[in-house]
Amino acid sequence: MMGFSRPQWIAFLVMAALVVVAPYVLYPVFLMKVLCFALFACAFNLLVGYVGLLSFGHAAYFGMGAYVSAYAAKAWHLTPEVAIVLGGLTGAAMGSVFGWLAIRRQGIYFAMITLALAQMAYFFCLQAPFTGGEDGIQQVPRGSLFGLIPLHSDMATYWVVAVIFLGVFLLIHRIVHSPFGQVLKAIRENEPRATSLGYRTDDYKLVAFILSAGIAGLAGGTKSLVFGIATLTDVHFSMSGEVVLMTLLGGMGTIFGPVMGALISTSMENYLAEFGAWVSVTQGVIFVVCVIAFRRGVIGELAAKLKIAL
Amino acid sequence: MMMIFGYPAPLMFGQLLLGLINGAFYALLSLGLAVIFGMLNIVNFAHGALFMLGAFVAWGMLYYLGINYWWALLLAPIVVGAFGVVLEKLLISRLYKLDHVYGLLLTFGLALIIEGLARNEFGSSGMPYAIPRQLQGAVNLGFMFLPIYRGWVVVAAAVMCLATWLVIEKTSLGATLRAATENAPLVQAFGVNVPRMITLTYAGGAALAAFAGVLAAPIYSVNPNMGANFIIVVFAVVVIGGMGSILGSVVTGFGLGVIEGMTKVFYPQGSATVIFVVMVIVLLARPAGLFGKSA
Repeated sequence: MMGFSRPQWIAFLVMAALVVVAPYVLYPVFLMKVLCFALFACAFNLLVGYVGLLSFGHAAYFGMGAYVSAYAAKAWHLTPEVAIVLGGLTGAAMGSVFGWLAIRRQGIYFAMITLALAQMAYFFCLQAPFTGGEDGIQQVPRGSLFGLIPLHSDMATYWVVAVIFLGVFLLIHRIVHSPFGQVLKAIRENEPRATSLGYRTDDYKLVAFILSAGIAGLAGGTKSLVFGIATLTDVHFSMSGEVVLMTLLGGMGTIFGPVMGALISTSMENYLAEFGAWVSVTQGVIFVVCVIAFRRGVIGELAAKLKIAL
Repeated sequence: MMMIFGYPAPLMFGQLLLGLINGAFYALLSLGLAVIFGMLNIVNFAHGALFMLGAFVAWGMLYYLGINYWWALLLAPIVVGAFGVVLEKLLISRLYKLDHVYGLLLTFGLALIIEGLARNEFGSSGMPYAIPRQLQGAVNLGFMFLPIYRGWVVVAAAVMCLATWLVIEKTSLGATLRAATENAPLVQAFGVNVPRMITLTYAGGAALAAFAGVLAAPIYSVNPNMGANFIIVVFAVVVIGGMGSILGSVVTGFGLGVIEGMTKVFYPQGSATVIFVVMVIVLLARPAGLFGKSA
């Protein structure tokens, strides 16, 4: 069902159970941060793991989604679900333009183009009046869900974020295991062959890019409403690096890997926050270790050990 | 006062010079990236960090050892080149059989480590590095004042680019290098030690970055972020020029520096993004880049 294999169903149920139990054990705000970044990493993984396109500029969609959702909630007083959807649409719209440009080149050029375009988005956010420059958009109200259920308490907000996360996670899984997803994987494995079989590979890549950017925007929008803030950090290129790190660490091309990567990376940052620049050194070391010795990532290694797909 | 297109001439020439200086750094850095990419097939994300390291080594030599600018200009590239040898032998050489993407990720990690350590040690504010005595002051060219050091940077970078081009295109070492870029196993079959050549190529690229870093030290304050600010723009330069041609990356580097400088005169808000806009236009018109062969 849903393209889940038996072990994947079990893993999914375990994850869902953990999502439900966790807020009673751990600080809900921290957990919401993990879930938002997990969503972001899953979006990124859709592109790098299943189409083989390494985007080094995903912060643009995440950050712009965060700005638009924050602005919609604060200046237009829209309800949170509408604001978040607007954030997702923003990401998708940007993704359709940036993706259309970037898929003209392949491999490392693709990475460099997405990075450069994201930097352009960063400078736009730095100068545009609605983003509030260095201050960002602060004190974004969470509002009431559907205009009915107020989200003042962290617990109420947590359930909304959990539902978004689990819903989108299932959606991504469905996409990956649909006929469309099979074509994406064919492109990853051998693009000329996919072309010769009659698939317009550029169209498939573009649609995958738009989906990925849209979900990244959704993650950004959710994040800005949860924390009430959208700043330049969200759109900065180090955020693009961070999502690459999460996905690499958890396991590129696995369904659960990005979630695990987001959990580890966010916990580590929380723990290392007081040590300043050591965060960046640690991240660098993780990159080096992962690339040299641990390319499958945590979940990928686990799956290989258990001889199942996760 | 002389005016050009309704703007005062000294402003124009001043920005033109600043543009040429930035262009000199773009040219040196994209040249190094192109040389490394040609041979190793990786995009060296650590290039900005090596550039920064060059500036720091020069600063450290002056501050701790009293070694002056001129010696630093020679020694810092050697030190950073040696560091490049270590990086290549220890880490990068393990990736040649893998997808290009892993090279990018590894060097990105290396950049995070190098820049993070520098930030821990020196903070983000930056240290001044004095202009050497011989290059202080300015000359009046009639239409503008030219600070001697800035003129020197443009000339030194241009000479270095030319020298690199000569080595690669006109010497037998360069011929072997180009042959190995085309077909490494065949060159190896002729008895050339290709792995050592690859190592030295990476060291050479690192040394070029460090040379640029020493040149940059008196202009920008020596700080851990100086490379990160450059590298993304340099990537855009590389996308515009294509990495296939040495001369192409030099011309593109200088040209884009000038375009950026001129944008500062005519539309200052756009100066941070103009290179990216040029990149978009080039992608639309010539997806393979100005000097690139279509893949």
